[in-house]
Amino acid sequence: MSIRILEPGFNVTIQDLGRASFQHLGVPVSGAVSPVALKIGNALVGNKPGMACLEIRLIGPTIEVLCDAIRVALTGTITEIELIGENGRCRPANQSLVLKKGQKFKIGTISDSGSAYLAIEGGFKLPEVYGSLSTYVRGSIGGFSGKALEQGDEIPLNSWNAEDRGELRVSNLAALEENGPLRIIFGPQKDFFKQESIRDFLTSPYLITRDADRMGMRLDGPVLKHERGYNIVSDGIVTGAIQVPGTGQPIVLLADHQTTGGYPKMATVISADISRMGRLRPGDTVKFMEVTADEAEKARFEHEKMVLSAISGFVNADPWLDEKALYTENLISGFL
Amino acid sequence: MSPENSPSSPVFLSAGDTALVIQYGEVVDVSINRTVRQLAHAVRQLDIPGIIDIVPTMRSLMIHYDPLSLTKQALIDVVQPLLSNLEELEENNKKWLIPVCYEGEFAPDIDEVSKTTNTTIDEIVRQHTLLELEVFMMGFLPGFPYIGLLPEVFDLPRRIEPRVYIPPRSISVAARQTTIYTINSPGGWHLIGRTPVDFYDANRDEPILVCAGDRIKFKSIPSSEFTEIEKDVKAGNYNLELE
Repeated sequence: MSIRILEPGFNVTIQDLGRASFQHLGVPVSGAVSPVALKIGNALVGNKPGMACLEIRLIGPTIEVLCDAIRVALTGTITEIELIGENGRCRPANQSLVLKKGQKFKIGTISDSGSAYLAIEGGFKLPEVYGSLSTYVRGSIGGFSGKALEQGDEIPLNSWNAEDRGELRVSNLAALEENGPLRIIFGPQKDFFKQESIRDFLTSPYLITRDADRMGMRLDGPVLKHERGYNIVSDGIVTGAIQVPGTGQPIVLLADHQTTGGYPKMATVISADISRMGRLRPGDTVKFMEVTADEAEKARFEHEKMVLSAISGFVNADPWLDEKALYTENLISGFL
Repeated sequence: MSPENSPSSPVFLSAGDTALVIQYGEVVDVSINRTVRQLAHAVRQLDIPGIIDIVPTMRSLMIHYDPLSLTKQALIDVVQPLLSNLEELEENNKKWLIPVCYEGEFAPDIDEVSKTTNTTIDEIVRQHTLLELEVFMMGFLPGFPYIGLLPEVFDLPRRIEPRVYIPPRSISVAARQTTIYTINSPGGWHLIGRTPVDFYDANRDEPILVCAGDRIKFKSIPSSEFTEIEKDVKAGNYNLELE
């Protein structure tokens, strides 16, 4: 009842929706940087929306199935799953598929997104820490031994087989492909910045630098100048907070951010846009757009509707497609 | 430019659409922190569905909420009436007696602290172990407590060059506060000792030892006893509670 990691990829971790209720003890929330893709992936394999998946941030793992069969789905990317030893046959992302015992499969370089998720039916048989399986590598919390996956790891699963019940495919990709400027609410420390910098922030594109991990992404663009210094007495931090240290280059904080911190936070990305913020990768540019608190609340409800319609719009994936191709090939060989 | 703050009328700030900041001030002030914790307690007592976590700091309270079940305004409406009726916190928090070795390699900055403050090392140790202190807030790292208020001799600025690596269990001081590093971390406080106690241990049933409001007193132990006490602590045979 497990899978074996043949090649670990790069910093692949187990993530669910995180542990949000222990920030008062200094425990970071962690969890998927792009929760929408995690939820849709889980729905494809018949899991509850918040179950833990493998989060892949740049290069995916190569995995061998050790139990009878597993049902998986890759979401958050259009990268295909490569079936090893089958003449490079691939299966598309955004649909479920069953892989049998001994099958090896590879998720290569993720080139279209900063985060992708491999959902597995039944999920991982691992202990929760503070109510979550999410891995916080810095604190060795959660996931598989509190670390990113390594070669040879055998990750235990909850189910040993995949029922024969047809496969599903996402037909409405809108929730996974949202783009445009990231919407923000100014504050909590907007008053620490010069007016001209607040203008620059809203009008100029910012580049996601290579200095990016699960804690945050450093941006490059017009320097944001402080009016009242850059050392503040620490206060609470939320995911999406845009903090500006002395250099004036903003840092957008992601799932593994500290629970409290001492740099002024000019603005905060609204919760409806957190998932697509998590899809950004080094080299991407991003723009910001101000919204009101009311608009942010509406946007969040709209966003949830999109997720629901993506899930209710699943269609049957034709599981026989590849077998048909194979059959044709056999026919052709037969004729020769 | 600074928003108006006062004990009875803090300002409400948005941290996006998932958290409300109730800010009492912009400086480190023990009485502000006390008010913040009183408010945290009062909000927690109401047990409002949709509140995800309540995080006190030295100057403000952050309430994390689920925007699908609560609006910012609804939350303000709940919090507002509490502000003028905050009650003294009941003293039902845990009291800890934490052994610390202030010697040798465990205390790389104690000589420097001794010189800057013109105080003998013995006196530094005496002052650090003198008072029953209070955990003001948790943050920065899992299980990392901000503890104070230390005697005035510890009114030190942070180190000019922060360290890139600080070993867990290091006892550090700055600005009349003291803390224990819980995991490998960079940091700018002065390291004056080491405890054999894990304030955070991912493999323990309850990984985090203390929480805001707990009382802490430190006790000096010689380096010759460190390993022995470390074993006893691990085995649960060492009493960490203050009588």
